[in-house]
Amino acid sequence: MAEYAVELRNVWKRFPGPGNEAVTAVKDVSLKIADGEFFALLGPSGCGKTTSLRMIAGFELPSEGEIFLHGRPMGKTPPYQRPINTVFQSYALFPHMTIGENIAFGLQMKKIDKQETRRRVGEALEMVRLTGYERRRPKQLSGGQQQRIALARALVNRPEVLLLDEPLGALDLKLRKEMQLELKKLQREVGITFIFVTHDQEEALTMSDRIAVMEGGVALQVGNANDIYEHPTCRFVADFIGDTNFLVGTIGVQEPHQARVELAGGVGLWAHTPQPVRQGQPVTVTVRPEKMHIRPTATDVNVLTGRVSDIVYIGTDTHYGVTLSGGQRIRVREQNYSVESRLLAREGEMVNVRFSIEAARVLTE
Amino acid sequence: MSSTKRSPWLLLVSLLVYGFLYAPIIVLIVFSFNASRTNVMFEGIVNQGPCGPFYWYCQLFRNRDVLDATRNTLVIALTSTIISTIIGTMAALALQRFDFFGKRASETALYFPIVTPEIVMGIGILVLFSAAFGWLNSLLALAPAQRLTMGLGTVIISHIAFSIPFVTLVVRARLHGFDNRLEEAAMDLGANELITFRKVTLPLIAPGVLAGAMLAFTLSLDDFIITFFTTGPGATTLPIYVYGLLRRVVTPEVNALSTIWILVVLVVVGISQWFQTRE
Ligand SMILES: Nc1ncnc2c1ncn2[C@@H]1O[C@H](COP(=O)(O)OP(=O)(O)OP(=O)(O)O)[C@@H](O)[C@H]1O
Ligand SMILES: [Mg+2]
Repeated sequence: MAEYAVELRNVWKRFPGPGNEAVTAVKDVSLKIADGEFFALLGPSGCGKTTSLRMIAGFELPSEGEIFLHGRPMGKTPPYQRPINTVFQSYALFPHMTIGENIAFGLQMKKIDKQETRRRVGEALEMVRLTGYERRRPKQLSGGQQQRIALARALVNRPEVLLLDEPLGALDLKLRKEMQLELKKLQREVGITFIFVTHDQEEALTMSDRIAVMEGGVALQVGNANDIYEHPTCRFVADFIGDTNFLVGTIGVQEPHQARVELAGGVGLWAHTPQPVRQGQPVTVTVRPEKMHIRPTATDVNVLTGRVSDIVYIGTDTHYGVTLSGGQRIRVREQNYSVESRLLAREGEMVNVRFSIEAARVLTE
Repeated sequence: MSSTKRSPWLLLVSLLVYGFLYAPIIVLIVFSFNASRTNVMFEGIVNQGPCGPFYWYCQLFRNRDVLDATRNTLVIALTSTIISTIIGTMAALALQRFDFFGKRASETALYFPIVTPEIVMGIGILVLFSAAFGWLNSLLALAPAQRLTMGLGTVIISHIAFSIPFVTLVVRARLHGFDNRLEEAAMDLGANELITFRKVTLPLIAPGVLAGAMLAFTLSLDDFIITFFTTGPGATTLPIYVYGLLRRVVTPEVNALSTIWILVVLVVVGISQWFQTRE
């Protein structure tokens, strides 16, 4: 039997809301997180990420469904009996204790002897590269240092699973990037399952083995960075992860795994259909801007004609805004390979926008 | 300092206010060294017996009634402080972390006694105790010697009752902005509810709890009105005793007693202030 580090089985969470209405924070979420995996919960604010994490930690109990830890149902097990540790967004370091006491807290609770405790606290500090900070108080540390102490305080207990709720949210961009790489490296070293909450899609893509995209309490799609980016199953995921173009139309002629989509203005395109569709069904097609080209290429089956409405040069790429003959607007991203950034078109000029069948995906929801 | 010209009137008014506040206390202290037995005229500093100028203070310590009253006062103050601090702190914690039906109403009801005139509270408590004791005494058919009467117990209970709102108020002020995540962090690290309270919650709110306890202590120490209504034979406290003395003759002994008292309260208030302002 394949055993997962953490499994959520049809988990719901309802909170008593204003009046008699309940707020449903998590709706029927099922997740299977493998041992040693770096798993991200990604979604916009209020989508239920923190609530999901808090249920795994034991701070909240699911209204329905069950959470398993290495196959053991957690039921009403209180947080202090779960072999799980949490890194809080606000760090939640104990202000009345020194850094050393903070890190030793969990070991003390496990009644580990003084010498062993001292050794492991030292090790933990070394791991987060803050050796010699034992006697300081949390207030005397910078945000990034506090963040690393929070990490050390959790990891020193060698939990089965480490939960991190937007642990990098309070850091400035540069430090954030540094910590992302550091955290990823650390996770590989210790081999502990990390469940990482973030609303930053780039962060999730960079760090995680797999990502669950959440919205409105629902886990919409689970997969690795490539799956989520290249094979979104719904409009929300396609829109939330990276930039994309949406073209609205109806299904025309069909072939296995692909179909002709008729757009407004008498034009059409061929697109990949991951799910079965029927003739005449209204659908949305997603095409990433970098997969559309103004310069001619070999594999382009689809050609849409439009007028360039705006051009934005951003160094690595140039973005062309194109208004199609049917009135729909799309963005095309051309990479600037050569030093002289030669424009492929001018504003107001008519151009052909080309892309492959695989680049266009039909979304039914 | 700034070069703004201050009105001399401001200084005058300040001096008057402070003078009015402190003159009685200073007079009181000065008269505790009076050579005369009355508080009418200051006839020089007393110098009598082995204690010299502290003659009246020594007299005080030879007075059994004073010692009894002091003991009663301290027993009442300490007991009521400990119990009201525990209950008041628990109430503050409950109000901070739980949302329950009737929370607003129970909070208002908790603070209401603070603004209720003390004499009303005193009469209320007296009526309550008399009725309850009368009913219990007849119900249990107690012999005269076993009957429930007013005494130390009733004074302690009423002091606990009026101290709780003050403790809750002070502890709640401290709890404002308390990060509940700290408690969750402790539980996350393996501490159960009790250990979390002992190792995280209590150390963090301790300054507020101590300040509340000090406040309860001073309130109990100098309470007259409610004590007056709830005391009984053998439960005379210092304020009640002093009041009794005043009705006869005011000797400098009373001044000496009051002086010591002021010093004690000053120390307690000082400690409480220190705790409240400390980070
Ligand atoms: N204790 C609670 N009582 C009532 N409603 C709650 C409670 N906790 C969360 N909610 C609601 O549940 C929903 C999900 O909240 P949650 O904190 O899980 O979101 P999130 O994805 O972590 O958002 P963010 O990125 O802003 O932290 C929100 O609508 C929130 O208002
Ligand atoms: Mg959150």
